[in-house]
Amino acid sequence: MQNGTLSTFLKRGAIWGFIALELVFFSLAGEFLSVSGKGFLDLDNMLLLFKQSAPIGIIAIGMTVIMINGNIDLSVGATFALSAIVLLDSLTWPIFAGLGDWVIPVSWLLALLTGVVLGAVNGLIVWKTGVDAFIVTLGSMLGYRGLVFMYNGEQPTSHLNWTLVDFAEAQTLGIHTATWFLLGVAAVVWFVMQKTVHGRNAYAIGDNRAAAVNAGIRVGPHMMLNFMLIGFLAALSAVVFYSESGSVNPNDGQLYELWVITAVVLGGTKLTGGSGSVIATLGGVLAIQLLRKGLGYVGANTETVNLVIGIILIAVLFLDRQLNIKGKEALKI
Amino acid sequence: MKGMTRQQIGAFLARQGILVAFVIFMVGFALANNRFLAPDNIMGVVRSSAILGVMALGVTFVVISGNLDLSVGSMMSFSTIVVLDLHDKIGPTMAIPAMFAMTLCLGAIIGFLVGYLRLNSLIVTLGMLSAIHGVTLTYSGGKNMDIADKDGTWFSAFGQGKLLGVPVPILMLLVLAAVLAVILAKTPFGRKVYAVGGNGVAATFSGIRRARVVFSCYLLSSFCVAIAGLMQASRSMGSQNTVGQGLELEVLAAVILGGASLLGGSGTIFKTVVGVLILGFIQNGLLIMGLQFYVQYVVTWVIIILAVWLDIAAKRGKLWSPIA
Repeated sequence: MQNGTLSTFLKRGAIWGFIALELVFFSLAGEFLSVSGKGFLDLDNMLLLFKQSAPIGIIAIGMTVIMINGNIDLSVGATFALSAIVLLDSLTWPIFAGLGDWVIPVSWLLALLTGVVLGAVNGLIVWKTGVDAFIVTLGSMLGYRGLVFMYNGEQPTSHLNWTLVDFAEAQTLGIHTATWFLLGVAAVVWFVMQKTVHGRNAYAIGDNRAAAVNAGIRVGPHMMLNFMLIGFLAALSAVVFYSESGSVNPNDGQLYELWVITAVVLGGTKLTGGSGSVIATLGGVLAIQLLRKGLGYVGANTETVNLVIGIILIAVLFLDRQLNIKGKEALKI
Repeated sequence: MKGMTRQQIGAFLARQGILVAFVIFMVGFALANNRFLAPDNIMGVVRSSAILGVMALGVTFVVISGNLDLSVGSMMSFSTIVVLDLHDKIGPTMAIPAMFAMTLCLGAIIGFLVGYLRLNSLIVTLGMLSAIHGVTLTYSGGKNMDIADKDGTWFSAFGQGKLLGVPVPILMLLVLAAVLAVILAKTPFGRKVYAVGGNGVAATFSGIRRARVVFSCYLLSSFCVAIAGLMQASRSMGSQNTVGQGLELEVLAAVILGGASLLGGSGTIFKTVVGVLILGFIQNGLLIMGLQFYVQYVVTWVIIILAVWLDIAAKRGKLWSPIA
């Protein structure tokens, strides 16, 4: 019992402990190594860190839900790129010319709708064909990327709308717009997963699908809803990011799926489904971004970031298994 | 009677669907354009698929044993960069074995983590993807690698040479495929790979050392990656750090297209080769028909899902999934 409580505490708090460790380490190491005059814990630096975490973070929150549900989505990078193209391109469509700045919400809606539709296609295929989500989204990762290229060839799609840029660059109450979106999404999805029937059912399905079916839960619609959610969030991430940058390359968003999964796993969500938390994922995202920023700050080669993240990911997996008593009994896989 | 026949046709399509699709594609492309079946063209397609193919052979073993390998792309970048760098430092005769040794070490690390420590292969290889990329960048300092004297070395033989009129990459792919097909289908080790992937618990209880089999599969996969890296380095004689980026998922797509189940326990070398060739010929056929290269992505998407769907539909005897 004592042991169990301790290990639960260790598991829950691990990511935050790790973040604290990173902060202390980089602050101290920065005193000696950094060429910059500012401290690492400088407020502006931390606010920027949140802002830079937002694009990956928003998608990672969706991925948490998908993984709790026992699925995985590899197509988020391509969904991200296609939504971004729809956003920037639709700003210049002639039919919206009369709208003035009111074109912005319309374009946002179109981009978000793109994400929802792409997610729904994934969800529908997983539901109706019974093919594993890994394979379905591996396929659509290629397919959606093909659609991205078909849209505008190999040319970048660019359009700067200054009202939009001002909005994206604004700091409300000192916090960047992108950070607000990240925090807002985290709060809403946390509420959905913890306090609604859909959230409960998603956990149940991921934990034991057969039992969920026997309990009368309709597995398919819940999975489809979650795929629509991650499509929406990938599009939202694109909307937030490209409102500011104003130019999207057809290769943008590649390897996002891997970064996102890394963040989610660091946060302690199980690939096998049934457990995980949105808040911990937020911790995972921040930990990765801190590591990137911190290593740069102390003057380490930026190349080492990949190495360190890879090692940490495997170490987390190892520690998690050691702490997880259930894992020791499991013989299969 | 009629229903029976339909069922038989369905079962046949599901079992040999990938071959049927292959034939349909070949006939379709051949009708659309008579250059498609020209020997030069076919040779060209196989040659350019060889690197992907060699990697897919190793990954087939890993997938059959019930695991995944997402690290082959970044591992291939690593071996390409290492062999190019060492070529100028210690000469090709020493560089090639050194590169093989280093790549096999990476494979052994993954094999240890997944086989002996029983960590989830998806996350381990995802972590290794990132870590190996970091090692490659640190090794090269982020710079591109080039062989200084491109004409004064026999190193180009593996990627550009010809033997009896056949390009060497094709020969390497065929020989490796033949050897691995025999190992997988005709040796005790091959049977153990299927047993471990099919039912790990049963395999353990029947005295198979599961950890050792999984370890060997990853070692084999890294060996194939080393060959692919050698071919890549020899073909281009210079390389970026990201040459293999994204290949891991293409390799996996080819293996799945070949009918290997991600749950393990099924798949063959021959079908993986067919999967690789289908990807190659689709790409080539669409290009010859004058379509852009990215159309193949969409076509591949549809084919992957149809192939896997038909496969499992035949196994459960119903087209639509029973998911409520």
